Amino acid sequence: MKIPDSPAQIMETLPSVKTDRLPLFLLPALALVALPLIGSFSTWVTLTFAGLAMGMIIFIIASGLTLVFGLMDVMNFGHGVFITLGAFIAVSVLGRMAGFTESPSLVRNLIAVVPAMLAAMVAAGALGLVFERIIIRPVYGQPLKQIMITMGGMIVAVELIKVIWGAQAIPLPLPEAFKGSLLFGETAIEKYRLIAVVVGLVIFAMLFWILSRTKVGLLIRAGVHDREMVESLGYRIGRLFIGVFVAGSALAGLGGVMWGLYQQSVTPEMGGAINVLLFIVIIIGGMGSIGGCFLGALMVGLVNNYAGFLAPKVALISNILLMVIVLLWRPQGIYPAGKA
Amino acid sequence: MSEPLLKLEGVHTHIGAYHILHGVDLEVMPGEMTVLLGRNGAGKTTTLRTIMGLWKATAGTITFRGEAIQALDTPDIAHRGLAYVPENMGIFADLTVCENMLLAARNARHIDQMDAKRLDWLFGLFPALKTFWQHPAGLLSGGQKQMLAVARAIIEPRPLLLIDEPSKGLAPSIIQNLISAFRELKQTETTILLVEQNFNFARQLGDRVAVMDDGRVVHAGSMADLVGDEGLQQKLLGLSLASHS
Amino acid sequence: MILQRLFSGDMPRSKVLTVLLLGILLALLLTPFIFPGAKALNVAAKILIFIVLVASFDLLLGYTGIVSFAHTMFFGIGAYGVAIALTHLGPTWTAVAVGAACALVISLLLSLVIGLFSLRVKALFFAMITLAVASAFQTLASQLSDLTGGEDGLSFKVPALLMDGFQKMIWDADLQQFLPHPRMIFGVEVNGKFVAFYLLAAATLVLFLVMLRLVNSPFGRVLQAIRENAFRAEALGYRVVVYRTLSTMLSAAFATLAGILLALWLRYNGPDTSLSFEIMIDILLMVVIGGMGTLYGSVIGASLFILVQNYLQDLMKAASQGVSQVPFLKDLIHPDRWLLWLGILFVLSVYRFPAGVVGKLRMRARRTT
Repeated sequence: MKIPDSPAQIMETLPSVKTDRLPLFLLPALALVALPLIGSFSTWVTLTFAGLAMGMIIFIIASGLTLVFGLMDVMNFGHGVFITLGAFIAVSVLGRMAGFTESPSLVRNLIAVVPAMLAAMVAAGALGLVFERIIIRPVYGQPLKQIMITMGGMIVAVELIKVIWGAQAIPLPLPEAFKGSLLFGETAIEKYRLIAVVVGLVIFAMLFWILSRTKVGLLIRAGVHDREMVESLGYRIGRLFIGVFVAGSALAGLGGVMWGLYQQSVTPEMGGAINVLLFIVIIIGGMGSIGGCFLGALMVGLVNNYAGFLAPKVALISNILLMVIVLLWRPQGIYPAGKA
Repeated sequence: MSEPLLKLEGVHTHIGAYHILHGVDLEVMPGEMTVLLGRNGAGKTTTLRTIMGLWKATAGTITFRGEAIQALDTPDIAHRGLAYVPENMGIFADLTVCENMLLAARNARHIDQMDAKRLDWLFGLFPALKTFWQHPAGLLSGGQKQMLAVARAIIEPRPLLLIDEPSKGLAPSIIQNLISAFRELKQTETTILLVEQNFNFARQLGDRVAVMDDGRVVHAGSMADLVGDEGLQQKLLGLSLASHS
Repeated sequence: MILQRLFSGDMPRSKVLTVLLLGILLALLLTPFIFPGAKALNVAAKILIFIVLVASFDLLLGYTGIVSFAHTMFFGIGAYGVAIALTHLGPTWTAVAVGAACALVISLLLSLVIGLFSLRVKALFFAMITLAVASAFQTLASQLSDLTGGEDGLSFKVPALLMDGFQKMIWDADLQQFLPHPRMIFGVEVNGKFVAFYLLAAATLVLFLVMLRLVNSPFGRVLQAIRENAFRAEALGYRVVVYRTLSTMLSAAFATLAGILLALWLRYNGPDTSLSFEIMIDILLMVVIGGMGTLYGSVIGASLFILVQNYLQDLMKAASQGVSQVPFLKDLIHPDRWLLWLGILFVLSVYRFPAGVVGKLRMRARRTT
């Protein structure tokens, strides 16, 4: 048997680092294709911004859902309830701080909005903890029951929300300083959309930092890939999962506040309605992939707004079309989360 | 004679409706390498997974350092000091080599907190790791992945390593590298339970040997005895060294 | 034995269940005579229609182990098919036939596409895809108002037999001399609704028995084998995807038929009556509470749920007024919150007795014998 002279022999050259950049061009491509269809540049900018804002909010809501799926193969069909709860908490908090929201001062507005968001996140996170414990825990690894039980959990929770806040739609006006648009030449950009985009980017950056730079983030990424190995290395994936679930619920609560402000009204059914968009986003992005989720959310946001302008009747169909096209291209979604 | 580090007594394991282990008895002595041999489907991998708690033993006891561990969860078993290198190596392909190592170092929250001396020692054992430190582990070759998997298991001192078929699918020259690395590892008094199909590989390293068939250990003894007795090899493994090397 | 053959050898297998089913059957059949008023008749008709719809969903969920959220889509296609045909072609049986045929063809094609497209993958994926498709379909139906009447829906005339033409037919055929009181039977007026109700009851009975035959056929047994262990079924040589797709198509076809019955009974169809997600949730609750994979569960589930939906509210109203001083409790048993209690019952069902009421009763029967 031949014994190698030096360790150098085992060092074959590595293939060059191939990152999958192609999907990154999808967004600009989408936007560019829409430009000639829409015709007017300023309308296009407005729509693009609206689409990005919507996409950012959807991303905030969907990020937890996709991570939870990646980590434990759990798809929570009741995720929408965290959105609804967050929005209603915001109604209650902002309603009590009318003096602050009606003031034209941005600082005073923020004094009301930031606590509302935090309260919504805490409430949605707490509900998430309860949900994980009593709804999802008993049905790990049973997809059929999981679908039914999470659906059932949402029905019950939405009914309870109706018990507390009533079944009617409640207006959620934007704080004064958030209203109106900024004018750049011909182009008007609504201030709130700008805020939504900024908040979305901040959340994305934070998630990205946590996932790539912290040990918890490494554990989550490793857990999505190979749950057993993470356990064999001595980490309790169950605890990690609860943490991600609660954080994801809290983010959905935050998204609920932002969505409620975007719509300027909240209803008990709002969460269930967004669920459909969330699923489309997650499927497009590749179930379990946070980067795919981000791209998918922005694409859905853009397509929604472009289609809403070009052909209002098919706006929702356009999402399905987008999903079908993406799946025909990549059957596992844009970035399939690698399962070992 | 000292106490065994790990002891299995009458371990049964079911996977779903299938009864895989039918009463495994096995002793692993401290500081030695015990090799688990046997044909495909004999229950070797299941034995390792059962020790690690990835599948629960339905009967019998598993004792590690005098403590019964068969009812513990996998992370708790890992915390007792068992490290596991599965057959598929369990490399996190999206993470870099460095991140893979960091995850295995339970006491380090950050790269800087990893034991630099030990890292240097590991780089000496497996130089490829240093070269590709910042590369995604998925890009490594099969042999490099195996080395990463072993290095990951011993990034912090662990009293017992469970390694499942490290030679599988590797070229002979790579296997030889692995053998020298394991030899050096043995100098550090690390106890190893190795599952192997490749008897040639096993006989160069093993102190003791246990042969499994049909979910039971059918022979246990010293490696030297088995190497010296071709009749026994014929009987247990259906092969002889002559026909193999 | 004739009964055995009629029920394809799949008897209720529990005395309590048999009595319960017979009771429901009698109550439904005698509704025009023992429960006067339009509301009772409408509730009974709704139960009949939903028995078919829920049983068809059970083919999928209970017997094949697939969760689809697009079931009301097929229900809606049936209802819209007949509604659109009757609106545009006039109240003739030809129009009904054309509408029904078109609806069935569309449903079968759509379910084929969905099945082939997404049944290869995980159950979760299928549920998500169907949810998305169904919600898109619902939007489409309310947007294409020229065809579907949009949110307002379509009101239309049905063939004369089901309207007031029945009396006229009797006079025309000079049959009145054979009937002592041609307009009345036991004091109940024989009008179009009366005829429609019994035609509906007959259709429900036939469709239910056909489905019972299906699930007890070799085909049905394969479906259940796949539900229990898809890998083993595949290993035994059954093409799992093919069987699952066939099951999806069959279940879609029966849901479409239920939709046709609904449109003919209501003489109206709109997004909220046949397509809405609330109905989807309702039938999910009905099938689980009644008992998945039993088919009889659909009878129990639909009857229980629709009775609760229509009559529990009255009870809750009384109770709610009784505790009107207790703030939170008052809201909890507010009549509009009936779904809360059914939701809790549903969640408990999934955990505690996944085979539902029917499974529970059968288990008791087995224990006592």
